[in-house]
Amino acid sequence: MATATADAVVQEGRGLYRALAWRRILIIAGFAVALTLSFTVDIAWGPARYALLDVATAIVSPASVSDKIRVVVWDIRMPMALMAIITGASLSLAGAQMQTILANPLASPFTLGISAAASFGAAIAIVAGVSIIPFATNFMVPVNAFVMALVATLIIHFISQARGVTVQTVVLLGIALVFTFNALLAFLQYVASEQALQSVVFWTMGSLTKATWEKIWITTAVLVFALPLFARHAWALTAIRLGEDKAASFGVNVRRIRLETMLIVALLAAVPVSFVGTIGFVGLVGPHVARMLVGEDQRFFLPTSIMAGALLLSATSVVSKSILPGVVFPIGIITALVGVPFFFSLILSNVRRSW
Amino acid sequence: MVTIALNDLGAYYGRRLTVSGITTPTFTSGEIVAVIGPNAAGKSTLFKRMAGLLHGPGRVHVEGSDKGKRAISYMPQDTSANAVLTVYESILLARKQGSSWKVSDGDLTLIDSVMNAIDITDIAFRNLGELSGGQRQLVGIAQTLVREPDILLMDEPTSALDLHRQMEVLDFMRQVVRTRDMIVFIAIHDLNQAMRFTDKAMVIERGALRGVGPTDEVITQQLLRDVYRIDARIEACSRGQLQIIVDSVAKSADQAKPSAPKAA
Repeated sequence: MATATADAVVQEGRGLYRALAWRRILIIAGFAVALTLSFTVDIAWGPARYALLDVATAIVSPASVSDKIRVVVWDIRMPMALMAIITGASLSLAGAQMQTILANPLASPFTLGISAAASFGAAIAIVAGVSIIPFATNFMVPVNAFVMALVATLIIHFISQARGVTVQTVVLLGIALVFTFNALLAFLQYVASEQALQSVVFWTMGSLTKATWEKIWITTAVLVFALPLFARHAWALTAIRLGEDKAASFGVNVRRIRLETMLIVALLAAVPVSFVGTIGFVGLVGPHVARMLVGEDQRFFLPTSIMAGALLLSATSVVSKSILPGVVFPIGIITALVGVPFFFSLILSNVRRSW
Repeated sequence: MVTIALNDLGAYYGRRLTVSGITTPTFTSGEIVAVIGPNAAGKSTLFKRMAGLLHGPGRVHVEGSDKGKRAISYMPQDTSANAVLTVYESILLARKQGSSWKVSDGDLTLIDSVMNAIDITDIAFRNLGELSGGQRQLVGIAQTLVREPDILLMDEPTSALDLHRQMEVLDFMRQVVRTRDMIVFIAIHDLNQAMRFTDKAMVIERGALRGVGPTDEVITQQLLRDVYRIDARIEACSRGQLQIIVDSVAKSADQAKPSAPKAA
């Protein structure tokens, strides 16, 4: 053992840690700046393009711009732009926590079938007009989506807890769930009326054009509800990444935190999906970008995952308007096209390293 | 002064009572207790029960500690975690469980001094996934020490360490036990190290306590034959230190029968 009192070494460790923490705060701040820019561009671009300054003025002081700009910015583009941010943030946060508690780099609401379950739940409401919870008829689509997402989440949770279940088993289970719910969805589409079918197909593509202020508030409320619960367990959730035994030895109630987290994840994944349809890969890519940049200390990992997901979807929204002038592609199509190569690279890199 | 005694302690693993009826005399601060026994004897299960991680009958009596649940800290056998965390962060994590997000200078100073004491400052900002088995064990020890427990349960802390590191860690634990007034239980397979570094020993076999007392009184030729199934001598070396010299694997009663067909 080193016996000399190495004050210099002690000072150095503390200083390096503080510097590391500051660097991470700067990364989060950088994301915030990029997100603001992307949000503004998202509002400025569309069939008619506005100057960024006009958009900024319309946001900060709506009274000082023309009625036309105000209506386009506040009533048409702002809900879509905000919905992109909130949806990206929610899905990325859900993916981050799924990856954490399942110790699985491929976990996300989309890859493990939670989005597919939510789609099926929503389709039950759209096609059959049936609410899974009888009194929730006003919010039939989101409530059905949430209930089915919850069912899928609990299936994954309980199976992943069983003895001898590996990371691969959970991924295979997710694939099975995706196929099952897609088959059930196809059945509903087959029996649906023409109008309902159109509605379901458009819904499954994932599109921000369905955004309304009411949906934004509900999705934001879920995010705001989830954040403090995750934040409260930040140290415990990080410890779970060291292994169940190690976390338990630190005094973490692993079982309770896992279940609690999965329930919140179901809510986080289901609500935005029920409003804007299936948007894949944000929940997978967002957390990976965050992990590469700031590591897995949840105090930094959580905000960075949220920011990365929000930025990713906001930027995708911009891209979806830029491919063909005057045409806004459903955002779900773009995220899937961008996400698939990333997904492949992740699988290939996992061949070489365990995570 | 902190004391601990086990009273008719048992532990359930799933629904099965795998450890039972463990009653010990009182251990006091300043003591290192070796917990020895063959593989799968129930040493880890006993530790988990003592740390409150498993349920079971009986009681763990701790006196003289004001740390409540944090009085006992368990260091599990190495789990090959591959979290994207630096060594420094993983130790901070152990320190901060159950407390606020804010990291004080006091927290960091403690981490630095523990890392310095076990000589791992050079890997402070390496990721956990890049560490060797031995380095992981040292990090595990640091994680346990920064929690400042009164009673420390170490599950094979030296199994992946080279001889130099083993001596360092065990020497260090001896110092820590004395200076911090702790009681340390070490599950260990190297009985020579147990005789050299521990004051007392508990022998666990098939989930039951086989013997407890001063280490050199507990580890006997008879114990090695009965529990470990080896024929060995225990002799003092030229410096007076007792050493186990293993002669052979003990023949079981069946093998020793003269009528056995293959008996030479």
